[in-house]
Amino acid sequence: MTESVDDVLAPLVAAAREGDDAAFDDLVRATYAETYTLAYRLTGNDDDARDVVQEAYLRAYRGLRRFRGDARFTTWMYRITANCATTHLGRRRKHRHDELTEDLAVLDEHVGRSPEARLDAADLRHRLQEALATLPPKLRTVVVLRDVYDLPHEAIAAELGISETAAKVRLHRARKRLRADLYPVTSEERARAV
Amino acid sequence: VSDRLADVAAGRLLLDDEGRRHVEQCLRCQAEVVQYRKLFRAMRSLRTEVIDPAPGLVADVLAAIEEAGERRALHDLLAGRRVAYLGGIAAATAAAGGAIALAARSRRRFHLAG
Repeated sequence: MTESVDDVLAPLVAAAREGDDAAFDDLVRATYAETYTLAYRLTGNDDDARDVVQEAYLRAYRGLRRFRGDARFTTWMYRITANCATTHLGRRRKHRHDELTEDLAVLDEHVGRSPEARLDAADLRHRLQEALATLPPKLRTVVVLRDVYDLPHEAIAAELGISETAAKVRLHRARKRLRADLYPVTSEERARAV
Repeated sequence: VSDRLADVAAGRLLLDDEGRRHVEQCLRCQAEVVQYRKLFRAMRSLRTEVIDPAPGLVADVLAAIEEAGERRALHDLLAGRRVAYLGGIAAATAAAGGAIALAARSRRRFHLAG
């Protein structure tokens, strides 16, 4: 039977909870790439992602004694990272990506091939990442945590400091925008619909 | 129905009979479900993809943690000394109180005997 990442990390987590700083350093080395990936997906750029990762590990270090052994360390780190990213982005307040949404839609309409033809898996993935980057951070955070990292609504709401209903509404909006970005309605389809 | 298609595509919701009948006849809804299914598959595939940060991130994180560790150690040390100091005061106070009580009792005995 193969061991999961969290099974492998469990002895390190236990040692770190007892105050073994070297064990915590090993935990950082074992998980930083995943934590960075999530931070990057939530913030959309390297500088912010690095700040978020640093803050997330500091919070984890300070709060490790409160970490419940029955929870998964990686999930716990996702939650802390999401919380740090929200705080970090909230400080900036400026949603510089919003204005790009229109440009992307225009671009899609002018590509000669039909959207379906271009949507092989790799292409879709690439376009999805672009579409995610154009989402407002509030929507992006929820959809990434739910549909990429499979966190429950309850956990997402708790980490973002919003109600479960608000989390669901944001998720709905985010999915709708992603679908609209990835599968734009062509002029022909629009004309047919009228 | 349109608002529920994403959850249907994600396999987290089953439509009631009326909704199902509608989707079976509505090409636009069917296309939407297919698009959401592709979207979710692509989202899940992102989960296994790891973005490598530029070098130096781990060193920065470990340095910040070491600093926090030093601060915590210093805090624990000072807290320990404070406890010892307060413990010393408490012991001294108790000893002084005991001595006063003892002296008062001896004086009373002496007084009664006299």
